[in-house]
Amino acid sequence: MMTRLANPARFMRVSGAALPWLGGATAIALAIGLVWALLLSPPDYQQGESVRIMFIHVPSAVMAEGVYYLIALASFVALVWRHPLADVAAQAAAPLGAAFTLVCLATGSLWGRPMWGTWWVWDARLTSVLVLFFLYLGYIALVNAFDDASRGARAGSILALVGVVDLPIIKFSVDWWNTLHQPASILRTGGPTIDASMLVPLLIMALGFGLLFATLLVLRMRTALNERKARALRLYAVEPRATEAAERLPAAGAAARMRRA
Amino acid sequence: MAPFLGLLRRDLRLSLRQGGEMGLVLGFFVMAVVLFPFGVGPEPELLSRIGPGIIWVAALLAAVISLDRLFAADHADGSLDLIALSPLPLEAAVLAKATAHWLTTGLPLTVLAPLLAVFVDLDPAAIPVLMLGLLIGSPVLSLFGTIAAALTIGARRPGVLVSLLVLPLYLPPLIFGAGAVEASMTADSGHADLLLLGALTLAALPLAPLAAAAALRQALE
Repeated sequence: MMTRLANPARFMRVSGAALPWLGGATAIALAIGLVWALLLSPPDYQQGESVRIMFIHVPSAVMAEGVYYLIALASFVALVWRHPLADVAAQAAAPLGAAFTLVCLATGSLWGRPMWGTWWVWDARLTSVLVLFFLYLGYIALVNAFDDASRGARAGSILALVGVVDLPIIKFSVDWWNTLHQPASILRTGGPTIDASMLVPLLIMALGFGLLFATLLVLRMRTALNERKARALRLYAVEPRATEAAERLPAAGAAARMRRA
Repeated sequence: MAPFLGLLRRDLRLSLRQGGEMGLVLGFFVMAVVLFPFGVGPEPELLSRIGPGIIWVAALLAAVISLDRLFAADHADGSLDLIALSPLPLEAAVLAKATAHWLTTGLPLTVLAPLLAVFVDLDPAAIPVLMLGLLIGSPVLSLFGTIAAALTIGARRPGVLVSLLVLPLYLPPLIFGAGAVEASMTADSGHADLLLLGALTLAALPLAPLAAAAALRQALE
């Protein structure tokens, strides 16, 4: 399927057909999840109503981590197999992952204020998520730092792989640091074992967030491919002979093929 | 071996002839440490408590400052292409550059650390652990730095970008290096942190040149 979708024109057709279904599924999952989580699920015996932030916080945390691994996988595919859409996918996913991380940090802060009495605490998990946020920002900054977009894509794929290799090391060292510096704390390090009446809406919210990511990713990829097409057309309109000469070089072949598609 | 040493000698000669650069980095290191008492107050107890962290953070920042010029000058005048075309494997060339960077940044920082320990009123018994940690951990800073420097060749604003990229990567050596000193100050032993720091260096030695060479190849395409 990866090779079948490697052709940008075919990807546009397939994704264009799939997008309404993806969007619909996202809307249904999020609607069911939000209503169930925010209105119908029981309040926690200790935390009361503010536990409902968990239904936003935990799915965004899962997405934040998962999207980074997805970016690393896409970067690996881009580097090893030169899949033409892999780096498009990685670059499209990065701001989404950063947004999920930011939502995770913000909702965590809002949850922490009533729970622990503080907006922020240098807990191992919070610190790791903050570092993940900076890894996302670094990736986005690097990809956009070059005038030549393909140079940015290549640099970004290497950075994503370095980051994914270093992520376990960073997490381990942050854990180490935290256990050495742990003050007498009122934080429970784990959550309570979760009851089914909360687990099911949580899973539905996680599914909804995953579908939301997939929908937005496909949308962003289609936009990126359309932008590329528009840029190639603009160049062709200004200088047809130079573009055609460049077309005969293998590197520009993909752009030419896309234009004719 | 000879091409490796040749590249190393060339880089050392270049940086020593422009002696100002090495002095600037060390000057920044001292200045950064000196800023902290002005920020947090001069009480010795406070300073000695946060001293190891201050010195390590300042060492990180000083290492970061000199990174963007690691490959930029060579890329600008074309020597980087020549280095890539030479029989020396690109990974070995990166290792030579990282060694030169360490010899002109990390090693002098380590030597200067006891002086700065005086500024932050660090317990004298902790100074050997501080120096050992810096000695073992500063190669990691140079090695990870070559990755970031190679990735940002030809970028707009490479200096700031390198810092943003490399500081998350610098967290593990910072945690273990400062942790070793703090552990030794609380009558615990800094052994575990130092061993982990050594493990980081040993892991970075083969892996960082791989990543940096891949990044260089992408940059030179």
